[in-house]
Amino acid sequence: MPDTTALTKSTDVPAEAQTPAATDAGPAPGKPRSLWSDAWHDLRRNPLFLISMVLILLLAVMAIFPGLFTSASPRDANLAEHYLQHPKWGNFFAPDWLGYDVQGRSIYARVVYGARASITVGVVVTIAVTLTGLVIGMLAGYFGGWLDTILSRITDVFFGVPFIVGAMVILTTFEERSVWVVILSMAFLGWTSIARVARGSVITIKQADYVVAAKALGASTTRILTRHILPNAIAPVIVVATIALGGYIAAEATLSFLGIGLAEPTVSWGIDVSTAKDQLRNAPYVLVIPSVMVSITVLSFLMFGDAVRNALDPKMR
Amino acid sequence: MGRYVIRRLLQMIPVFFGTTLLIFLMVNVMGDPIAGLCGDRQCDPATAAQLRSEFGLDKPVWQQYLTYMGNVFTGDFGTAFNGQKVTELMATAFPITIRLTIVAVVFEVVIGISLGVVTGLRRGRPVDTTVLILTLVVIAIPTFVTGLLLQLLLGVKWGIIKPSVSADPTFDELLVPGLVLASVSLAYVTRLTRTSIAENARADYVRTAVAKGLPRRRVVVRHLLRNSLIPVVTFIGTDVGALMGGAIVTERIFNIHGVGYQLYQGILRQNSQTVVGFVTILVLVFLAANLIVDLLYAVLDPRIRYA
Repeated sequence: MPDTTALTKSTDVPAEAQTPAATDAGPAPGKPRSLWSDAWHDLRRNPLFLISMVLILLLAVMAIFPGLFTSASPRDANLAEHYLQHPKWGNFFAPDWLGYDVQGRSIYARVVYGARASITVGVVVTIAVTLTGLVIGMLAGYFGGWLDTILSRITDVFFGVPFIVGAMVILTTFEERSVWVVILSMAFLGWTSIARVARGSVITIKQADYVVAAKALGASTTRILTRHILPNAIAPVIVVATIALGGYIAAEATLSFLGIGLAEPTVSWGIDVSTAKDQLRNAPYVLVIPSVMVSITVLSFLMFGDAVRNALDPKMR
Repeated sequence: MGRYVIRRLLQMIPVFFGTTLLIFLMVNVMGDPIAGLCGDRQCDPATAAQLRSEFGLDKPVWQQYLTYMGNVFTGDFGTAFNGQKVTELMATAFPITIRLTIVAVVFEVVIGISLGVVTGLRRGRPVDTTVLILTLVVIAIPTFVTGLLLQLLLGVKWGIIKPSVSADPTFDELLVPGLVLASVSLAYVTRLTRTSIAENARADYVRTAVAKGLPRRRVVVRHLLRNSLIPVVTFIGTDVGALMGGAIVTERIFNIHGVGYQLYQGILRQNSQTVVGFVTILVLVFLAANLIVDLLYAVLDPRIRYA
């Protein structure tokens, strides 16, 4: 059955396939570049990659040091003075730049402080999902047989649960919905696509001559898996993981929007969009600004993933 | 062919039971189904015990699951805690969501595949680059943002559509919600079709068809497109299940009382029978869609045979 989750095909060949082109363009003639340095060579010249890199760095700094961007606090509510005060577009980076929300809180400050929850959820879920998926996919792909049957069916089972619905069910059971609870609920259901991609990738790699040679030389299973299989099978996994990162950020915002993700006092773009939808008619900017912020963040990670995919999968060129 | 279908149906059985068991455990073990019944207060112990035995919640979980599944196979999905039969809720909710999903899939097929063909044939040209960047932007905008913005612009500002739909919406009321639901998948379909078309455009059979002097239209539609559709059909097939489950956001924004609405209410009120029942049906739809996709391969590519 064709794998529907992988939008890309396995990329284990390019290292050899690229050598003729690589030798005349590369810095050291005669020495073929590896898949990774070849990919890096491409990435540095890709404008989409550079733009997304700048945006991601900016968002990362915003998530770690929000105080650098604004002196206002996202939780200071001054209803008397600031109730739904419209944005002053000229006052760049001032607390009143993007206006105030229905509780008289600075929207600019909330947008800045909201980055932390989004980025944390996106990054941690991606790491958790990649590690789980890799272990399960590699075990299933390498050992095959009954282990593969069991692990693949378990993967199918988790894949069949609708993601947002499943995450909502898990989240309702928690009284306090912190960032970590949201991460847990998403990671619990999200590892399946990585596991499928890793399994497929390992199955093609394990027949390679160097794996057979390592086995013949008496290398231990652990050594074969970590030193020979993993480095060669990981490229498609990284591609799927980087693209999924943006999706997890969107999913967190969606859950928070539905009122079942993060909860106050955590500052989250999803919560802000959700509360703003009651003011849709008289103050649309309260809704539009955090929405744009979510979209830009997801877009940065998607562009990043897309560029990495193109670099690692030369068939797309 | 027949044997293949039977084998696939047999393979579905463990996945079906596994998924329903998983969701059953998630609802019943992790959450307390009684908790939502007495409002925000804790239930009085005697009432709680009575409710528990009434709904069979005092039995071990595996027994509860077996009883539930036994009932499901006789067409009894249980009662929601408000006394309404879950099957009644389904009878009103599913037609609406199926209509919404049909609208969404039509958008995916018509717009997505057309854009994919156009860009795939003009790879690297300005049209291609523009559409490619646009698809990235569309994928990046979460459904709730697309939904709220379209509702704001089309419904509130310009008054082209009604901001929310009627209780039993018709197809034309569902056009905008369907487009919102389809938006992300539509962009994926465009990208998939583009890649597939561009890859196959260099194939020998295309060159042969052109050399035979066939009109370009016929080459593209009958030769190129038919061969390029397999990954796209795979994606749309798996997407049908995802669309029905994912309609939760779209249905909430446009106030559509379909499957997503019932699931949302069920989850919020910790109404386990509703949630498990609806998800069971969604899992069945998902599995059936996957099977149909696999059978469609043979139609698209006669070289594929099922033994």
